[in-house]
Amino acid sequence: MSLSFLLLAVAALCALSFYFGRQRAVALSGGRHSNLHSLPAHYGTYVALWCGMPALLLLLVWYVFQGSVIEAMIVAELPAEITSDTGQLSLALNSIALIAADNGQHLSVSPEVIDAGRRLANLQSIANASLVVLMLCVAVIGISVSYRKIDPEMRARNNVERISRWMMIACSAIAILSTVGIVFSLLFEALHFFSKINPVEFLFGLEWSPQTAIRADQVASEGAFGAIPLFVGTLLITVIAMCVAVPVGLFSAIYMGEYASSKFRAIAKPALEILAGVPTVVYGFFAALTVAPFLRDNGAILGLDVSSESALAAGLVMGVMIIPFVSSLSDDVMSQVPQSLRDGSYGLGATKSETIRNVIFPAALPGIVGAVLLAVSRAIGETMIVVMAAGLAANMTVNPLQAVTTVTVQIVTLLVGDQEFDSAKTLSAFALGLVLFLVTLGLNVFALKVVQKYREKYD
Amino acid sequence: MAVVTQSAMTAEPSVASPKMTARDLNLFYSDNQALYDVNLDIVERQVTALIGPSGCGKSTFLRCMNRMNDTIDGVTITGKVTLDDRDIYDKHIDVVQLRARIGMVFQKPNPFPKSIYDNVAYGPRIHGLVNSRDELDEIVMTSLERAGLLKEVKDRLQSPATGLSGGQQQRLCIARAVAVSPEVILMDEPCSALDPIATAKVEELIDELRSNYTIVIVTHSMQQAARVSQRTAFFHLGKLVEVGETDQIFTNPKDERTKGYITGRFG
Repeated sequence: MSLSFLLLAVAALCALSFYFGRQRAVALSGGRHSNLHSLPAHYGTYVALWCGMPALLLLLVWYVFQGSVIEAMIVAELPAEITSDTGQLSLALNSIALIAADNGQHLSVSPEVIDAGRRLANLQSIANASLVVLMLCVAVIGISVSYRKIDPEMRARNNVERISRWMMIACSAIAILSTVGIVFSLLFEALHFFSKINPVEFLFGLEWSPQTAIRADQVASEGAFGAIPLFVGTLLITVIAMCVAVPVGLFSAIYMGEYASSKFRAIAKPALEILAGVPTVVYGFFAALTVAPFLRDNGAILGLDVSSESALAAGLVMGVMIIPFVSSLSDDVMSQVPQSLRDGSYGLGATKSETIRNVIFPAALPGIVGAVLLAVSRAIGETMIVVMAAGLAANMTVNPLQAVTTVTVQIVTLLVGDQEFDSAKTLSAFALGLVLFLVTLGLNVFALKVVQKYREKYD
Repeated sequence: MAVVTQSAMTAEPSVASPKMTARDLNLFYSDNQALYDVNLDIVERQVTALIGPSGCGKSTFLRCMNRMNDTIDGVTITGKVTLDDRDIYDKHIDVVQLRARIGMVFQKPNPFPKSIYDNVAYGPRIHGLVNSRDELDEIVMTSLERAGLLKEVKDRLQSPATGLSGGQQQRLCIARAVAVSPEVILMDEPCSALDPIATAKVEELIDELRSNYTIVIVTHSMQQAARVSQRTAFFHLGKLVEVGETDQIFTNPKDERTKGYITGRFG
């Protein structure tokens, strides 16, 4: 029985148990629902939850352990000469899996392995069958136990409430745990890297050229992993982006929030937010094919030597991308400044711009700072635009007309193509990723703190 | 002084030389008419109370008097409001200067999130009323003094105004309004967010301010109107029903609706 069919069966059981649970509650109430502690539907839900939840939990646990348990059983039966060598063992296990899936006719392997393959197929079908039986059993037990418990006095409503709370906790736990998982996967690879390269050299080294010899007989440079040029490049592009995004975003937010008529606002605000919906790869095209050549050609007219992959082009376009981010966040915080403060200022004879400058802006400042910090963390982590428009050369420069590279660009180039996962070159991508993650996480936490602190003031 | 003319039904209340007047004032929020042909005179250096049930247009009328309704979308106004015989809705009037002449105190205390000193100094600074720090200090001190707040805050002028109690905040807002030396002060239910003791203080203050300023106060409390005002105007459903000396309105109202409201039969 396939998984989807099994799930369908459990769902059907749940529906049935809801119906019967409800019926029983109605029957016990003696015709008057007010005799029951909870609504009939609560009793139905209660039974349905007890039918579905244990069964699904069993399914989850089963799938987590099935693979490793069966593998252990297969390995135990294999002859010692195969199991003693890890390389051989994993090869054999591969063949076994292929044979079990009826795909291994062309393999020339020992009879033990063929036997094992058959056994694996056998074990798998037994496991699947017993899963079906067990799940249905659990579901039915759940139904019968909870069905018996139905009683006019039983607090089904509170029970349902409690169960649904646990379900929500489980969902939020998944979100948090996946973040933790991401951190750890980054951390382990990064530690692996730091066992090869000194972290001090990585964090403070001034030269970045990750090309290393893959084989001993190859001619290649030693490889230098000083990440400072990448940090400088990232910072340069971020600063350029913020120079565009902060004033434009802020002023457009002020115009939208304080000056624009509601008609204009209704059209202009969504239009501005369309910018946020443009895929970053499109911004990348725009930067690489339109802005960069434009800057280079105009730079040539002015006698400036502008690189065709200048930091300026990437930064400008990234700034445009972040405008809606800054403007909608700062619009939010400014519209949270109470109308009474505006009235107070207008009532004293202040003009609009005086009111904005002296009252609204200072009151909203912490929130705006938070918005800008969030935008900075977006800019630092932005990948596509810089991959397409910024260069690959790790120049240590603050000249926006030259090509620089960023942390994200390097991560992409280090991991694109066939890579071996034990060279310092590949692993350095994870170290860079870890640094990037820590910086943006720190910025986000700090920014959210600031925004939150501000919110409390007027609520 | 104030003479109430002819029948109260038509409410044609003129006084000899009013500080402010409203003539045939109509106000529409988009399509809803909120004020109907309001004619009212405000006497100089007196407290005029505007009373009436919720939604009767008294606050709307008050906000017409310093053009605060201009900041709301979709408001249309017809008729005339004058200050010293000049139409304040005239094209040539500078709204900003107008609001410096007609101060306003709001329902909820709304101190700016700045220090106590900066709150009071706000108006003088934006209008450039002072040339030196000493002059500004002087204005801040007198304004706080006039608002009866100086004694309580003189040791913490630089601490944030939001840390004051509700009643102190409201008196600070009055000091803030006084600091630009307005001629008229409009108060929109200034005590509705205050406790009885703070209310008593603010009422006392209003009584003192009367010697220097013309005051118009919107209030829900008829006792308050009776205590602080010399003239009272009763609004109902967007119309000015009756206006007259406070004593007369409260003891001998001419209109049945006024009588009904004052005796608590509706409202």
